Amino acid sequence: MKYVINSKSNLQEKVAHGAFFTLGTLNILLVTLICVYLLLAGLPGIIKIGFFDFIFNDTWASTAQNPQFGILPFILTSLYGTLAALLLGMPIGFFCAIYLSFFVSKKLKTFCIGLIDLLSGIPSVIFGFIGMLVLVPFLQELFNLPDGASLLAAILVLALMILPSIIKVSIVALEAVPKQYIEGSLALGANEVETYFKVIVPAAKSGIAAAFVLGVGRAIGEAMAVMMVSGNASNMPALFESVRFLTSAVASEMSYSQGLQKEALFSIALVLFVFILTINASFNFILKRGQRK
Amino acid sequence: MSEHIFEVKDFNLYYGNHHALKNINMSMKKNAITALIGPSGCGKSSFIKTLNRMNDLVDSAKYSGEIFYNGQNILNKDIDLCDLRTKIGMVFQRPNPFPMSIYDNIAYGPRLQGIKKKAILDEIVEQSLTSAAIFDEVKDRLKKSATSLSGGQQQRLCIARALAIKPDVLLMDEPTSALDPISTSKIEELALELKKDYSIIIVTHNMQQALRIADDTAFFLLGDLIECDNTDTIFTKPKNQKTKDYVTGRFG
Repeated sequence: MKYVINSKSNLQEKVAHGAFFTLGTLNILLVTLICVYLLLAGLPGIIKIGFFDFIFNDTWASTAQNPQFGILPFILTSLYGTLAALLLGMPIGFFCAIYLSFFVSKKLKTFCIGLIDLLSGIPSVIFGFIGMLVLVPFLQELFNLPDGASLLAAILVLALMILPSIIKVSIVALEAVPKQYIEGSLALGANEVETYFKVIVPAAKSGIAAAFVLGVGRAIGEAMAVMMVSGNASNMPALFESVRFLTSAVASEMSYSQGLQKEALFSIALVLFVFILTINASFNFILKRGQRK
Repeated sequence: MSEHIFEVKDFNLYYGNHHALKNINMSMKKNAITALIGPSGCGKSSFIKTLNRMNDLVDSAKYSGEIFYNGQNILNKDIDLCDLRTKIGMVFQRPNPFPMSIYDNIAYGPRLQGIKKKAILDEIVEQSLTSAAIFDEVKDRLKKSATSLSGGQQQRLCIARALAIKPDVLLMDEPTSALDPISTSKIEELALELKKDYSIIIVTHNMQQALRIADDTAFFLLGDLIECDNTDTIFTKPKNQKTKDYVTGRFG
């Protein structure tokens, strides 16, 4: 019997295969369901209001006698707010990642990364709360405003909120660069700073771009914190004006909305969804094209 | 000027408490190939990495003694390491081209030195690639990524990259250990060609390689320099029994 080869028992494999298949399919189904639901819930509002009137009208008066549902102020606020938060947060996060990766001792680095993890674990309502109590009064005082709750306050809070993810993803990308590149560069007479910026950062650029995309996603999707510090009035965006974002527009009226107003809120959610999809898709496209070169 | 490019006097290297190189005294000739041989862990790689101070990257590395390069002690604290490394180039064990185009890899060093004019860079790139015997293979795809080349081509590209900064010495740390026999023989021919213009120090595991290309050979064992002499002498009538055992394949 010594030379008879056992027939394989593949029960274990079958169970594992079945479990992974079920869970994977479930996941894809749920995502598809969300997309379909959002489309079904969001489209009627847009159709009833009219696409151009919805997107390009600058007045939002959802509870007026003659309600108007123009979300141009929200769109522009979200775009400006996200863009400005990234302009502020991206360089700070990027240079912080470089500093932590190359210039500090292991001990200090572990300590700082612990703090950054803590920062990313803080619920957004706490960011909003601190923004309300500290930042808003400070801006009011500093710029002599009637109310410190403004687009500027929201930008500053958002910039702070996207920092942890930008820093952590950038550090991972920078540290994934092989040590041989560093040696090769130094052996050619480069100093350390030249090595970091001319070899390591270019080698890590796809990871750093991923950090950027993550930052965009977090900034454009944030509702609670910006609602608490932006004043939440549907004005066209200006730095010191009280403004409302796409996200906070949905969040602030959803609890009491009805009829067309409710449908319009779903439509706003759909617009936000399309924005995020477009941004992610275009970054993926740019990255892929960059890699092929 | 003496005929020696390097003169090593009472050199000791420590990694923390580990005494990696013990009281090394030797000299290396100009425009010659000096091979460093010995079993793994004997300190030959550590030694070559000291010649351009790459060992400074290891936090625990400490050294004593003197290494004179053209009469100047390169172990001095006030030596500008960037300048030192432009004069003493290095090729590593594993080919390490940067993830950028072939052209940019070669132009990296010259650009660091402030050369910006395209015509001059073009010339340096062509010259370096030609000297490294790889120009014909890559001349039509200089803008393509260097990582798309084969291992042997990558290694010659790295040699070209080292030559582009017009060094005086070329250090090669087991440059063929990751390559196939054909690529290896190309690199060996190249080394023989290059010694007209450069002084070459090469670490190798392969005794045949030392025998084929080196003028002088130094045998290291457990951190000691056992013997350093003309290659023929080392391989045919070594003075030390340990050297004899090693080159005849009795251990190592």
